[in-house]
Amino acid sequence: MTLGIDWTTDWIRRSAAVVSEHRGELITLDREIGDGDHGENLDRGFTAVLAKLDDLPADASPGDALKLVATTLISTVGGASGPLLGTAYLKAAGAVGQEKELDGAALVALLTAARDGVVLRGKAEPGDKTMIDAWTPAVDAAAAAVADGKDEVAVLEAAAAAAEQGAEATEPLVARKGRASYLGDRAIGHRDPGAQSSSLLLRAAADAAAGAPSAGQ
Amino acid sequence: MPRQAPRRRGSDVSGTPGRVGVVFVSHSSKIAEGLVELAAQMAQHTTLVAAGGTDDGGIGTSFDKVGQAIAEADSGAGVAVLCDLGSAILTAETALDFLDDDVRDRVRIVDAPLVEGGVAAAVAAESGASLAEVVAAGRSAAGGRTESDGGASGGSAAGAAASGDAQTGHSRTVTIVNRDGLHARPAAEFVKLAGTFDVKVTVNGKDAKSLLGIMALGLTKGAPVEVASADPAGREAVDALADLIETGFGEA
Repeated sequence: MTLGIDWTTDWIRRSAAVVSEHRGELITLDREIGDGDHGENLDRGFTAVLAKLDDLPADASPGDALKLVATTLISTVGGASGPLLGTAYLKAAGAVGQEKELDGAALVALLTAARDGVVLRGKAEPGDKTMIDAWTPAVDAAAAAVADGKDEVAVLEAAAAAAEQGAEATEPLVARKGRASYLGDRAIGHRDPGAQSSSLLLRAAADAAAGAPSAGQ
Repeated sequence: MPRQAPRRRGSDVSGTPGRVGVVFVSHSSKIAEGLVELAAQMAQHTTLVAAGGTDDGGIGTSFDKVGQAIAEADSGAGVAVLCDLGSAILTAETALDFLDDDVRDRVRIVDAPLVEGGVAAAVAAESGASLAEVVAAGRSAAGGRTESDGGASGGSAAGAAASGDAQTGHSRTVTIVNRDGLHARPAAEFVKLAGTFDVKVTVNGKDAKSLLGIMALGLTKGAPVEVASADPAGREAVDALADLIETGFGEA
């Protein structure tokens, strides 16, 4: 079972729903080690994405939908996560091109390009206490799942689980990028809000593939 | 919007023809606009554009505002973009990614403190400097004040050329004749001339190529100024710079 435009738009709707649902939690995380606007910024961005989603042409590809997310986040988020996630979705869109159906390898290419986009923009490395700490384990887990012959649903499940662990693993870290890097040791014990929101987005991708209840179309 | 005058409305040309434009990207619209006002005092003919805050006026940076500001500042001679904290740089870099290749080639994000670097870049642009010179002026604000202290800058490299004098270099002491002292425009002119020489020259001990260093001297009319170079090859530069001061930079 490959994943097409229906999965992509469902992923986007679920992303918007989960960001809205966790808005307060992201704001709290960001207030602890940043400037406190992450939840609000992302919610604003995905709300704007939702408003544009219905304008996608009927024959749009997953790449078209991802590109819409990219440009909308870049112009509406207002914080660092706008250009960072926007570049991630933009590169992901480029990686899948005009493919209508994505198999496991295409999903790995999508996730890898997204992660590389964040790295390109933010110059962070694993362990810097950033969203990279969610994306990189997710990419690795997805690639391993494909190598094990798993199907698309299992590939995204592996990615989501690894991202969640990666986000949790940012808690003991000292931040080396972003606003939290000004805090030094005081960032220890706090989960990185960007890693947390990225894990939510990847969980939404897995839920959409698995056809889990809620959100949906 | 406190923006700059000599932009021709009604023509297709943005920016000030032939002059590098400067864009200030800040999380705060007040900071960006305030900086335009501040820099405009010293760069009246340069297009300075504020790109501060989010689209709805909140704290943050706007991709669209930055993109529009670059377009507005671009006369074809180039645009220097100065940014404040983290996401301002990310937003500006993303905006650059979306520009056409030929436009992007003449837009530079300047790695410099927003206020000091922005003023230095604007003053350089006002003097008609090239994009590379404007960028260098902005960057020079990143710490030029501490780097050059004492005027007795060793004579170590001058050994072979030593003529037996205690000083192997050359220095001249002249007097500021400008009514308003060495204010921004003449200071910019001075720094620009200093930049055409390879040798190191100091002005009362400060690096002659550092606009902010020179302006920080606060040289008023009648002030004595020692232009010096410890480098034996610096005579020509010292004389040219001292002459420039003595002629009053074309004003009285």
